[in-house]
Amino acid sequence: MRAHKSRFVQVLCSFLLLAAMLGSAQVTPWNQLKFPPLPAFHPQQPTRIQLANGMVIFLQPDHELPLISVTARIRGGSISEPASKVGLVALYGDVWRTGGTKTKTGDQMDDILEARAAKIETADGADSTSISLNCLKGDFDPVFDMYLDLLHNPEFRGDKLELAKQQMYTGIARRNDEVSSIVGRESARLAFGKDNPLARDEEFATVAAVKREDLVNWHQQYVHPNSIILGISGDFDPTAMEAKLRQTFDSWPKGPQAKDPDITFTQPKPGYYFVQKTDINQSTIAMLDLGILRNNPDYFAVSVMNEIFGGGFSSRLFNNIRAAKGLAYSVGGGVGTAFSHPGMTNIEMMTKSDTTVVGIQALYEEIDKMQQKPPNADELKRAKDQILNSFIFRFDSPGKVLREKMAYEFYHYPLDFLERYRSEIDKVTAEQVTQVARKYIQKDKLAVLVVGNDAEFDKQLSTLGPVTKVDITIPPPPKELREQMGQQGPGGPEGPGQP
Amino acid sequence: MKRSFANLAALLLALTLPLAAQDMASFEKRVTVKTLPNGLTVLILRRPEAPVFSFFTMVDAGSAQDPLSQTGLAHMMEHMAFKGTPDIGTTNYAEEKVALAKVEQAYAAYEAERIKRVGRDPQKLAQLKKEWQDAMAAADKFVIKNQFGEIVESHGGVGMNAGTSYDDTSYMYSMPSNMIELWAAIESDRFANPVMRDFYKERDVVMEERRMRTDSNPTGRLIEQFLGTAFAANPYHRPTVGYASDLQSFSATDAMEFFRQHYEPSNMVIALVGDLDPDQVMPIVERYFGQLPAKPKPAEATTIEPPQNSVREVKMRDQAQPIYVEGYHRPSYLDPDDAVYDAITDIMSNGRTSRMFRSLVRDQKIAAAAAGFSGFPGNKYAHLFAFYGVPLPGHTNLEVQKAIQNEIAKLKSQDVSDEELQMFKTRTMADLIRGLASNEGLAQQLAIYQTRYGDWRELFRYLDKVEKVTKADIRRVANKAFQESNRTIGSIETVTEPAAAGKGAN
Repeated sequence: MRAHKSRFVQVLCSFLLLAAMLGSAQVTPWNQLKFPPLPAFHPQQPTRIQLANGMVIFLQPDHELPLISVTARIRGGSISEPASKVGLVALYGDVWRTGGTKTKTGDQMDDILEARAAKIETADGADSTSISLNCLKGDFDPVFDMYLDLLHNPEFRGDKLELAKQQMYTGIARRNDEVSSIVGRESARLAFGKDNPLARDEEFATVAAVKREDLVNWHQQYVHPNSIILGISGDFDPTAMEAKLRQTFDSWPKGPQAKDPDITFTQPKPGYYFVQKTDINQSTIAMLDLGILRNNPDYFAVSVMNEIFGGGFSSRLFNNIRAAKGLAYSVGGGVGTAFSHPGMTNIEMMTKSDTTVVGIQALYEEIDKMQQKPPNADELKRAKDQILNSFIFRFDSPGKVLREKMAYEFYHYPLDFLERYRSEIDKVTAEQVTQVARKYIQKDKLAVLVVGNDAEFDKQLSTLGPVTKVDITIPPPPKELREQMGQQGPGGPEGPGQP
Repeated sequence: MKRSFANLAALLLALTLPLAAQDMASFEKRVTVKTLPNGLTVLILRRPEAPVFSFFTMVDAGSAQDPLSQTGLAHMMEHMAFKGTPDIGTTNYAEEKVALAKVEQAYAAYEAERIKRVGRDPQKLAQLKKEWQDAMAAADKFVIKNQFGEIVESHGGVGMNAGTSYDDTSYMYSMPSNMIELWAAIESDRFANPVMRDFYKERDVVMEERRMRTDSNPTGRLIEQFLGTAFAANPYHRPTVGYASDLQSFSATDAMEFFRQHYEPSNMVIALVGDLDPDQVMPIVERYFGQLPAKPKPAEATTIEPPQNSVREVKMRDQAQPIYVEGYHRPSYLDPDDAVYDAITDIMSNGRTSRMFRSLVRDQKIAAAAAGFSGFPGNKYAHLFAFYGVPLPGHTNLEVQKAIQNEIAKLKSQDVSDEELQMFKTRTMADLIRGLASNEGLAQQLAIYQTRYGDWRELFRYLDKVEKVTKADIRRVANKAFQESNRTIGSIETVTEPAAAGKGAN
């Protein structure tokens, strides 16, 4: 303490104290604040055009930045690939771009595009593939020409197919290294069924079976204007752009209609499923079932129920299992929903090995509570407020509005689905919340997956019920591939990933 | 209104670098900066695209500031900032305060017995543990769980999160713009009057986070060992999440002490971006955040890592598949060559045109992925430039190591091409433009640059530095940094027998 400073410090302190007091005199406690209404906001809707050949185009001008982006979503995805060639569409989604066009290799495209900081990329999905571009406005014409070249004249060069396969083999060899990857895979297999196209895994053999002509054939079969929804957003003149796109795509002849396979969904077989992993000290628990479609009339009540049960920082799972019991860092879940097939219901938590059974019981307790008593008025209001007050973030940029509309178009949902969603959420009652909880989360119908190290468990899972051991051993590569990979093969002579 | 950034971006686009003063002026008009009397710096950027806003609060203290034997405390404090205040999260603060004080007393007594090296009395320990647990149960009765998060979410807040790095701690979410006063009320309260309620349960939550990210994850296990080897003196050698024994020992009192030392208004920057009129919003921010008491910015005392003079290596035998990483010490972000390191990162690692992709992945076909990057594990202090490779099945870490070192040797002995250098410059500018498209991203950038350089304008001035990078700079810096004696190697070598995860004490 230096004496000569103390006077100054005293004065300063009293000044600061005064300032702080003045400050606090003016502030209003949070629960007494009144909010002005949110200004009316009518986000700009994209213009929808349908060409004579069936192609649908959405134009969404946005002049904030001198950028343009285009995405074409094409019907047909990995659920349509043959079981013996799982991985075909993933390889297609990669090699479509990297394999280049008839006149330019993928590497040449990379050099040209990167010099302009522009991107053209292709991607794969379960029910569609896509080809997109993003570039500075001034580069649009040449970049779009290259995009069209790739759309119409892909070459699928063999060296890039080989490269993509090698990367996929690496993924297969490594798929048991991380818990999250095991859980993701096995959850889908349990909820949807292991032979369901939504849950099939790539294997060394199925990837090795894919040939260049499979990619060529896929492109011929699926890439037709009547299967394409194209969205363009950014800094362009809509009239001129519409004319340009019409001129570009009008003459493209119609092709055969893409059709998704009929997938049969059956309820998972209830019980406990266990994956042993000895190098971890934390279990992941996933309670699984089939969920619902978004066109199910219960969708709105399910959305509110999910919010109360397992969505976000104020949900019951977060409050009771994380905050109150300290059992988990990661916990959440609810009834799964999807546009074109039942979603995956998943209630998931990660807890230390020696609270594995305690954790399962804690989840069960929350399920019971959800079913026994309707939420009180406060809880219901908070859940609805969460959905409705944050609604603006569904469409706070022109790009988001465009993506939303493209999704409804793709799945044949009404284009005003989002607006309807808002009014339907408003109507959900506490009783409906309980009804859907009872209907869609039933303890005795859940498949409960546990990935963990059972030597450290608090109690063995068998004390809860019959346990099925899940073997995650990776099937070894076929002989020719093994030779190509080198004598030892991945992960030693027993094949990779032996636990 | 819709063309808010078009002029600026167009000028950037014209590639008239270095950035003319006039361009900055057009952006400057949209940014309001004010340092309040208590030292807090506030930035407001008006972007009226939609009636929403995002904020990013940066506290210039991270896990590098964790006290000795209290690793994980900065991160713990971040978790505690969601636990509320005397007005948020309690049914009766007056009584809760008394109960919480008892928890601390009971914990101190328990902890004093627990850490006794000699003469610990197991019976007494059990009794003290019970007293501590009873005290927690008594305090728990007053708690409204997660009321802070509930207020944010029920008023339309999205993307609520926070993060702790070695260098800093940050808090963020977005809200509808009519909620700005609510935001100011709860965010200022959170940093003026934090309450350490539910501290010990949250410690358990953080232990679960450690198990998830580190103990039960092979890459997490490797990185913890790797950093512990590459750094000996600087706090970068310790894990941000904390060691298990520290996580099971520090107290709410310790966290409060960390808060008092580091969460000073002068040590914090808040950036707000969205549909906000600075003339209306700044007075609100001043009114609420003026409550935070002023204190001097904490002294920056960090051990400087001494020069490394020999190769170091961590070879982890694990059931996971092989991974290879090597790191080289480099100076902090304030080094005049910072942009040169960024050029090296871009040329070596950015996408399918990058050298490491083309060499290791495309041509040699030995790796599924390979890249080099700076800022590991932070950049406020001298840190690492690291390279990594993921071997393909049937290929080894040794092959990857050789290939990486060949690429480094090339960088040291030959100039990069004009095209490569230009690509780096063009991409940096385009990335800056793309970053202007989101409230969240802009708030983050403004807060970071204001904190790290004392002036958000550095975000644009950085382009000048990028433009000045030459081929000779790249060779010079590569020769300086990428020396064998400055190298630390980390790898996972696959074994089939089980390797136990760190069990943690219990």
